[in-house]
Amino acid sequence: MSQIFPRSANAIVRFSLVGVLLFGGLVASIIGMSMRSDYVTGANSNVDQPVQFSHLHHAGGMGIDCRYCHTSVEQAASANIPPTKTCMNCHSQIWAQSPYLEPVRASWKTGESLVWTRVHDLPDFVYFNHSIHVKKGMGCETCHGRIDKMPGIQQKSSLQMEWCLDCHRNPEKFVRPREAVFTMGYEPEGDQLEVGRKLVQEYKIQSLTTCSTCHR
Amino acid sequence: MAIALTHARTARRAVPPSRAALAVVLLSAALITGCRQDMHDTPRYEALEESDFFADKRAMRPIPEGTVARGNLREDDVYYTGKVDGEVVHTLPAQITVDKALLDRGQQRYNIYCAPCHSTLGDGNGTIVQRGYKRPASYHDPRLRNMGIGYFYDVITNGFGQMPDYSAQVAPADRWAIAAYIRALQLAQAGTIDDVPAADRGVLEGGAPAAAPEASHGGGAAHD
Ligand code: HEC
Ligand code: HEC
Ligand code: HEC
Ligand code: HEC
Ligand code: HEC
Ligand code: HEC
Repeated sequence: MSQIFPRSANAIVRFSLVGVLLFGGLVASIIGMSMRSDYVTGANSNVDQPVQFSHLHHAGGMGIDCRYCHTSVEQAASANIPPTKTCMNCHSQIWAQSPYLEPVRASWKTGESLVWTRVHDLPDFVYFNHSIHVKKGMGCETCHGRIDKMPGIQQKSSLQMEWCLDCHRNPEKFVRPREAVFTMGYEPEGDQLEVGRKLVQEYKIQSLTTCSTCHR
Repeated sequence: MAIALTHARTARRAVPPSRAALAVVLLSAALITGCRQDMHDTPRYEALEESDFFADKRAMRPIPEGTVARGNLREDDVYYTGKVDGEVVHTLPAQITVDKALLDRGQQRYNIYCAPCHSTLGDGNGTIVQRGYKRPASYHDPRLRNMGIGYFYDVITNGFGQMPDYSAQVAPADRWAIAAYIRALQLAQAGTIDDVPAADRGVLEGGAPAAAPEASHGGGAAHD
């Protein structure tokens, strides 16, 4: 009995095998890309806030240090969002009639909190702590981007596990001198990897990749 | 939700069942991992989170009146008020030793919390004052130069006139560090060539331009 399939069918089989692999790869990479996309991670999008507070003006233009408002970033897990009193330090006198600041004045009068919307929010099963990162020379800019150029805050990193691990595996790629942690627009003196390796030794930075570092 | 969109598209094109099955498996995998609820937002409070339970909606509770948090008993009047019998003290409390570390810390804290108004020089012309805030007196005013060091501690703790207090933002130890640094700033601005060690005078006299920027950063204060 003659063959059902002509010889050329072998080629079709091979092609379709390759085709299936390619298609699978394509689907996998589409899913992979969409999981990493800004849409899923929430990066680079604007968030509505009760007051149009601008880091561009306050931190950039006037050069107010991050710690003036984010007071606990050096000692605690949370960086702290400033209470109404901190705004009123200046706005009792400056722009004291501005309509943009009406919610701030209302909160000051009634004692009710201003409710800011979180921009960065890790899942609750992840433990994060600012103080250790600040002490070991990780700049705000490394994780949050050029805050001093943002009229409204946008998340600039994916905040996914692979992002954390990329730095935990190779801290020398990102570490900077402690004096420069709060600096925006920092440039390393010389090669980052060279400077970085020295700082990793000086600050005794470990590479923390065990699961229980972040999932505890 | 991006995933929901892809789902709709596959359905419209009517792909063969096997591929549709594969797509469903992959999509449900994607949907499971893409779901951002349950464990992402567990019923425990994070710092500053809003609470439905308390009337003021704050999960972070204020300390009830009449209680003292551990380690916050403030018995030592000199250290916690900067005053003895209502008079400001003229020397630092015994717990504080003056060294470079204290002045460095003071400089850093001063530049964060005070310089926006009082300027890094202490002359009262900071960026916020330039934008319309009341201009404070210069620290180099003879009245403030002769004021006891406890006065600066007291102003940070309780405010002064139009200036609000900074007690919530600056811890007591840092208030003393700032007070010591302001004193150093005052001494630095009033310094004469006689205060410079003989060995270094040549540098200053030879290179006047080099001396000016150092003084204007207040950085020279620490080793005066
Ligand atoms: C004058 C006070 C002030 C200063 C100075 C300031 N911030 Fe903020 N920051 C705020 C307020 C208020 C918010 C909450 C509103 C918002 O998200 O825009 C905030 C929000 C943020 C957030 C986002 C928090 C979230 O919801 O995820 C980041 C990140 C941040 N600040 C970083 C910085 C950095 C870095 C600096 C220093 C370069 C800085 N801030 C200086 C007041 C300040
Ligand atoms: C250290 C002083 C200072 C603090 C603290 C401060 N601001 Fe401001 N803010 C200013 C100054 C000065 C301006 C005017 C900006 C300019 O001239 O560029 C301003 C402008 C603004 C404006 C724009 C007002 C308008 O009518 O355009 C808003 C809104 C605002 N601030 C909100 C806040 C909030 C909310 C906080 C508390 C988290 C805060 N500010 C804390 C000094 C301060
Ligand atoms: C290693 C990366 C990293 C560095 C460095 C870092 N942050 Fe963050 N920051 C985060 C992450 C992640 C979150 C979200 C935390 C959460 O959801 O629990 C966050 C949240 C915040 C918030 C919101 C409030 C909070 O604590 O949840 C503020 C404000 C903030 N950061 C300010 C700063 C400032 C100011 C600095 C510089 C001193 C800084 N961050 C440095 C990663 C970083
Ligand atoms: C830019 C670099 C960088 C990034 C990004 C980063 N980390 Fe870290 N992290 C460090 C360094 C450096 C240390 C300190 C290691 C050591 O102890 O020497 C550290 C330490 C930690 C610790 C240990 C704290 C403790 O008390 O033991 C935790 C938890 C942690 N990081 C969580 C995270 C999480 C979660 C993320 C992602 C959201 C993240 N980190 C992203 C650099 C980074
Ligand atoms: C440096 C911090 C860090 C370390 C170390 C770490 N993780 Fe994670 N992990 C995270 C963060 C951040 C997320 C949240 C990612 C997101 O929101 O997309 C996460 C999420 C997860 C998730 C949930 C994924 C999902 O889509 O919901 C699992 C499962 C997980 N990690 C397992 C592990 C295991 C297993 C290890 C050890 C091999 C580990 N992690 C080590 C930071 C870490
Ligand atoms: C928002 C602007 C602002 C900031 C920030 C600020 N001050 Fe003041 N300060 C003032 C003003 C305005 C006055 C004058 C008040 C008056 O005369 O009604 C003043 C007065 C003073 C005085 C009293 C001077 C006198 O004439 O007796 C001292 C001392 C002082 N400030 C110290 C500090 C210290 C220390 C800090 C930092 C922790 C600080 N200030 C931060 C605005 C500020």
